[in-house]
Amino acid sequence: MGRRITISVNGRAVETREGTSVAAALLNAGVARFRRSESGEAREPLCGMGICMECRVTIDGEAQVRSCQRLCEDGMEVETT
Amino acid sequence: MSGGSDVVVVGAGPAGLAAACQAAESGARVLVMDDNAAAGGQVWRGEQGEWQERFARSGAALETGRAVIDERVRERGRTVVLATGARELFLPFPGWTLPGVVGAGGLQALIKSGYDVAGKRVVVAGSGPLLYAVAALAREKGASVMLVAEQAPGAAVAGFVRGLWRHPEKLAQGVGLAMALGGVEAVRGCWVEEAMGRGRVEGVKMRCGRRVWEESCDVLAAGFGLTPNTELAEMLGCHVRAGAVETGDWQQTSVEGVYAAGEVTGIGGVEKSVVEGEIAGLAAAGRRAEAERLFGRRAQWRRFGEELGRAFALREEVKRLARGETVLCRCEDVTVGQLRDRAGWREAKLRTRCGMGACQGRVCGAITRTLFGWGPSKPRPPLYPTRFEDLFSD
Ligand SMILES: Cc1cc2nc3c(=O)[nH]c(=O)nc-3n(C[C@H](O)[C@H](O)[C@H](O)COP(=O)(O)OP(=O)(O)OC[C@H]3O[C@@H](n4cnc5c(N)ncnc54)[C@H](O)[C@@H]3O)c2cc1C
Ligand code: FES
Repeated sequence: MGRRITISVNGRAVETREGTSVAAALLNAGVARFRRSESGEAREPLCGMGICMECRVTIDGEAQVRSCQRLCEDGMEVETT
Repeated sequence: MSGGSDVVVVGAGPAGLAAACQAAESGARVLVMDDNAAAGGQVWRGEQGEWQERFARSGAALETGRAVIDERVRERGRTVVLATGARELFLPFPGWTLPGVVGAGGLQALIKSGYDVAGKRVVVAGSGPLLYAVAALAREKGASVMLVAEQAPGAAVAGFVRGLWRHPEKLAQGVGLAMALGGVEAVRGCWVEEAMGRGRVEGVKMRCGRRVWEESCDVLAAGFGLTPNTELAEMLGCHVRAGAVETGDWQQTSVEGVYAAGEVTGIGGVEKSVVEGEIAGLAAAGRRAEAERLFGRRAQWRRFGEELGRAFALREEVKRLARGETVLCRCEDVTVGQLRDRAGWREAKLRTRCGMGACQGRVCGAITRTLFGWGPSKPRPPLYPTRFEDLFSD
């Protein structure tokens, strides 16, 4: 993994490394959930490979992004729902 | 791309790369497309190996980061090779939607992309050789792997392992894995009945025959084998049977000008994918004589795939773990109770929105096929075309 970078997760600064997926960074930061399901259950990544859509978050204002398919970038703003 | 290509390969995994190399080395203009950011597929992604190097020299073009979503792919070239691989099969059980419950391949992918599992207690359960690869990786990264539980009976797995001498490459891989696993407890004929926890997984209820016990954990990695990615093939009208694309001697599908190779034609491992890819690439470039020389090797690896399928066949008990209130379709939160009395996939989609959500049925479609025997909803063409024209044969 690469150099240290900082992303913001729901307004909180989280240190991670370049080359880390957003999903992995959120898991490492111990977020309570990635998204809420139709009936309001907390959900987190299942497949890790872009198929299940359980890891969707908002990244830099773009909603419904699969966090397992996106790499962290310095200054990136991530929001869970 | 102006003028288009002679051969368009969808998927840059082992099968796709092998197909592209053989076709490009035969003089065809080849384009490979993959939805992932990096070539290599499930096993070689981000690595440099023999086939990647050969691919780099082959003259084939590569487009990454874009999914092929419909039949317009046929406009990109005269012949299409589908090498779309496989994904993990998930099965619902009570608690499987809790945070902390991930797929087995899912955990592997997350660790490879930076998920730090050091100090975490991990239970790996489900079916197939992938469980051991995941457990070894988690252990190497500092996790405490509490248990690896394979649902297939011990006798079936032992028989499979005894047969591995026929496939020395696999035997060597198995020995390597066994060493990486060290003292991790691995049990057979055992499965997870329920994941428990408030807000996230805290433990699992395991069953081995009549013995039932609880195991504490921070992460449960559960996967029940692999299932081919047949969606694109179905969209192009290719005949799909028992969840895999049907192919003939030259890896041709039921649709003229469309070939398929690798896990998409049936699960069999990386060697089967490579040899099928080579045959498809050669056949697509009109070099049938060369392709035919590989039939023996293909038969060997298909046999291995069949042995694998038999040894790790899913027992009926694991298909009945979910309760009526257990969610089956995670995108739309449709429960098993809402689904099990439906006539089939089409009715289920219309009445409950199962399969209509964000994953487009890629998780729940495979589950309903496994649990209820529902088939794909696309109409199927009845037969193979009787004649197959090759690109460069004159
Ligand atoms: C989660 C998972 C983990 C695995 N781990 C291991 C392991 O540790 N060891 C092992 O020996 N085997 C493993 N396997 C088995 C492995 O899939 C095969 O051995 C081998 O990679 C199969 O090669 P393939 O070329 O047929 O497919 P794949 O390697 O799956 O390649 C298919 C490629 O096609 C792409 N693709 C699919 N659909 C589209 C589309 N519509 N548009 C564009 N691109 C598309 C995919 O992104 C992928 O890159 C794993 C399989 C899975 C699903
Ligand atoms: S974890 Fe399944 S799509 Fe990201």
